[in-house]
Amino acid sequence: MPDSLLFGTEVVLNGLMAGVLYALVALGFVLIYKASGIFNYAQGVMALFAAMTLYGIMVGQVPFSHLINAIFGTHIHHFGWEIPAILAIIVTVVVMVAFAWLVQQYIFRHLVGQEPIILFMATIGLAYFLEGVADLMWGSEIKALDVGLPQGGSFWIEENTQWLGMGNENFYGFFLDQLDLIATVIAAVLVIALVAFSQYTKQGRAMRAVADDHQAALSVGINLNFIWVLVWSVAGFVALVAGIVWGSKSGVQFSLSLIALKALPVLMLGGFTSIPGAIVGGLIIGVGEKLFEFALGPALGGATENWFAYVLALVFLVFRPQGLFGEKIIERV
Amino acid sequence: MLDASEGYTTEDGRKIGGVVMEMKNITLRFGGVVAIKDISFDIREGEIRAIIGPNGAGKSSMLNVISGFYVPQEGEVFFHGKKRPQMRPYEVARQGIARTFQNIALFEGMSVLDNVMTGRLNYMKTGLFQQALWKGKAEQEETENREAVEKIIDFLEIQHIRKTPVARLPYGLKKRVELARALAAEPKLLLLDEPMAGMNVEEKEDMSRFILDVNDEFGTTIALIEHDMGVVMDLSDRVVVMDYGKKIGDGTPDEVRSNQAVIDAYLGVSHD
Ligand SMILES: Nc1ncnc2c1ncn2[C@@H]1O[C@H](COP(=O)(O)OP(=O)(O)OP(=O)(O)O)[C@@H](O)[C@H]1O
Ligand SMILES: [Mg+2]
Repeated sequence: MPDSLLFGTEVVLNGLMAGVLYALVALGFVLIYKASGIFNYAQGVMALFAAMTLYGIMVGQVPFSHLINAIFGTHIHHFGWEIPAILAIIVTVVVMVAFAWLVQQYIFRHLVGQEPIILFMATIGLAYFLEGVADLMWGSEIKALDVGLPQGGSFWIEENTQWLGMGNENFYGFFLDQLDLIATVIAAVLVIALVAFSQYTKQGRAMRAVADDHQAALSVGINLNFIWVLVWSVAGFVALVAGIVWGSKSGVQFSLSLIALKALPVLMLGGFTSIPGAIVGGLIIGVGEKLFEFALGPALGGATENWFAYVLALVFLVFRPQGLFGEKIIERV
Repeated sequence: MLDASEGYTTEDGRKIGGVVMEMKNITLRFGGVVAIKDISFDIREGEIRAIIGPNGAGKSSMLNVISGFYVPQEGEVFFHGKKRPQMRPYEVARQGIARTFQNIALFEGMSVLDNVMTGRLNYMKTGLFQQALWKGKAEQEETENREAVEKIIDFLEIQHIRKTPVARLPYGLKKRVELARALAAEPKLLLLDEPMAGMNVEEKEDMSRFILDVNDEFGTTIALIEHDMGVVMDLSDRVVVMDYGKKIGDGTPDEVRSNQAVIDAYLGVSHD
C-alpha cells in the first residue's frame, strides 16, 4: 500500500479519536438545549470545574485554601489523605448534581419564559462565575489528572496492523493512543446509556416530553423544575467524563474551557437538538481538521486546525442551516 | 348547592353525585384586562359541564385556573370539598385532573403511542435504580401501563395510527390523540378546551360520541368548552355562560337557552 493511503488512514483514525471529545462536549450542550432551550455557554467550564474538583478530592486538597489562609493566617493546603479515583468520581458526581440544583434554583427558575438571548447571557455569566469559583476553590496551576486510564501508544494495535503495510518499510502499524481508545469506549458506553435512559425510564420519558413541549409536559404531571435539575445533572456528568478524558490527556488547565468553543462548529454541523448529530458532527470535525491539516496544512502554512472547524461550520450555515440531522426549516406564511 | 351529598338525576336517567370541584368568587386579571370577574360555579360528580360564551369571554382562562396554569388574584378553589392551596399545574395533574388545550399541545416528535404513554407517567412508580437493577418489577409495571394505554387507543379507535409520529397527523386526529393522552391518566376530572373546534361534521359526531362514552363507561366527570351550540345542548347536563369575564347564566341547556341575558350576549356577537 502506498504511504499516503496508510498515513491518511492513521490520520483519520486519530481524527476520530479527537472527534470523540468534541462530541462529548457537544452532547452536554444538546442535552440542555433540547430540554430547556438554553444554549449553555458554561458547558466547557463545567468540564473544567468537574475535572478540577475530581483532582482536588483525589489528592486531598482543601477547597478555598488560599482564601482560608488569607483570612485566618493559616497555612493549610492538604488534608493529608488521598482518595481512590472511583470514590472521588462518585463525590464529584454529587458535587455536579448539587451544582445543577443551585443553577436551576437560583438562576434559571427565575428566567423561565425569557428570550433565548437572555438565557444565553445568563450562561455566559455563569461560565465566568464558575471559572472564578474553580480558581478560588482549587487554584489555577496545571494539574496532572491520573485516574488510572492507560496512556501511551497501543503496541498491540501497532503490531497487529503492521501487515497492512504489505511490505511497505516505512509503515510500522497504526499508532493509536490507548487513552484515545479508552475515551472512545467510554463515550460509546455513555451515549448508549443516555439513549437507554431516555427511552426506557420514567425520568427519561419525562425528559423527552419536556424537550418536546413544556405545556403538554405540565399537563401530564411532569415537574419541569425537577426535570431541568436532572438534565443539568446529566450534562454535569457528561462534562465530568469529558473533563477526565481531556485532563488525563493534557492536564487539567483553564484552556480546557476553550474546548467548549470547538463544540460550537460541531453543533452547527450536527444541529442543536440531535444527539446523533452531536456524535457525528464531533467525529466529522475531528477527522476533517486532522485530514485537512495532513493534506493541505503544509501548503497553507500549517495550524489549520485552529480555524478549519469554524470555516466548515460557516459553509454548513450557508448550505444547510438546520444541520445534518435537523429538520428542514420551512417558514410558514 | 353546597351540600356535597346532594345530587340530581339527568333527563336520560344518569345519577349525578356531589360537588367535585367548586370555584368560589374567582377573579383573574392580566394587567388591565379582567379575564374573569367574580365567578362562582361548581362541577358535580359524573356530569358533563359545559362552559360557553363569545370569543374572549374568559372560558379558556377559567379552565386554566382549574388546571393551575393561571393563578387567580381572588377567589378560592375547592376540590372534593377541600380548599385547594395554590398549586403548580403538574401538581394539579397529579391530583387527577387531566386536560386538553385549545391549541393542541402534543409531543410532536413522538409517536401516538408514546404520546398516550406519557399520560401514564404518574403511574410509573419504579424508581431509576430499581429500573436498572430489578428488571422484573419494571417490566411488569410497563406491561400494565401498556395495557391501559392500548385499551384507550382501542376505545378512541386510533389503533391504525399507533406508531405514526404525531406531527404527521391531520388536525382532527391530533385532537383525538390529545384526548387519549388525557384519558390515559384515568382522571377524576377531565377538562376539554374546544375539543371539536376546526372539525368537520363527521369528526364532530365522532368526538361527541367519544365524550359521551367516556362519561358513561368510565364515569369521568367532564368540563368542556364548546362554541357549537348544537353540540353543547346535546352533550351537557349543565351549562355556565360567560361574557366579558362575567357569568351571565348557569343551568340546564334548556334553562340557559331561554335566559334573556344569554340571548342578548349571543345576538350580534361574532363567534364561530
Ligand atoms: N396569558 C394571557 N395574557 C394576557 N391576557 C390573556 C391571557 N390569556 C387570556 N388573556 C385575555 O383574557 C381574556 C379572555 O381570554 P380567554 O382565552 O380566556 O377567552 P376565551 O373565552 O377562551 O376565548 P376564545 O373563545 O376565543 O377561546 C382575553 O381578553 C384575553 O386576551
Ligand atoms: Mg379559549
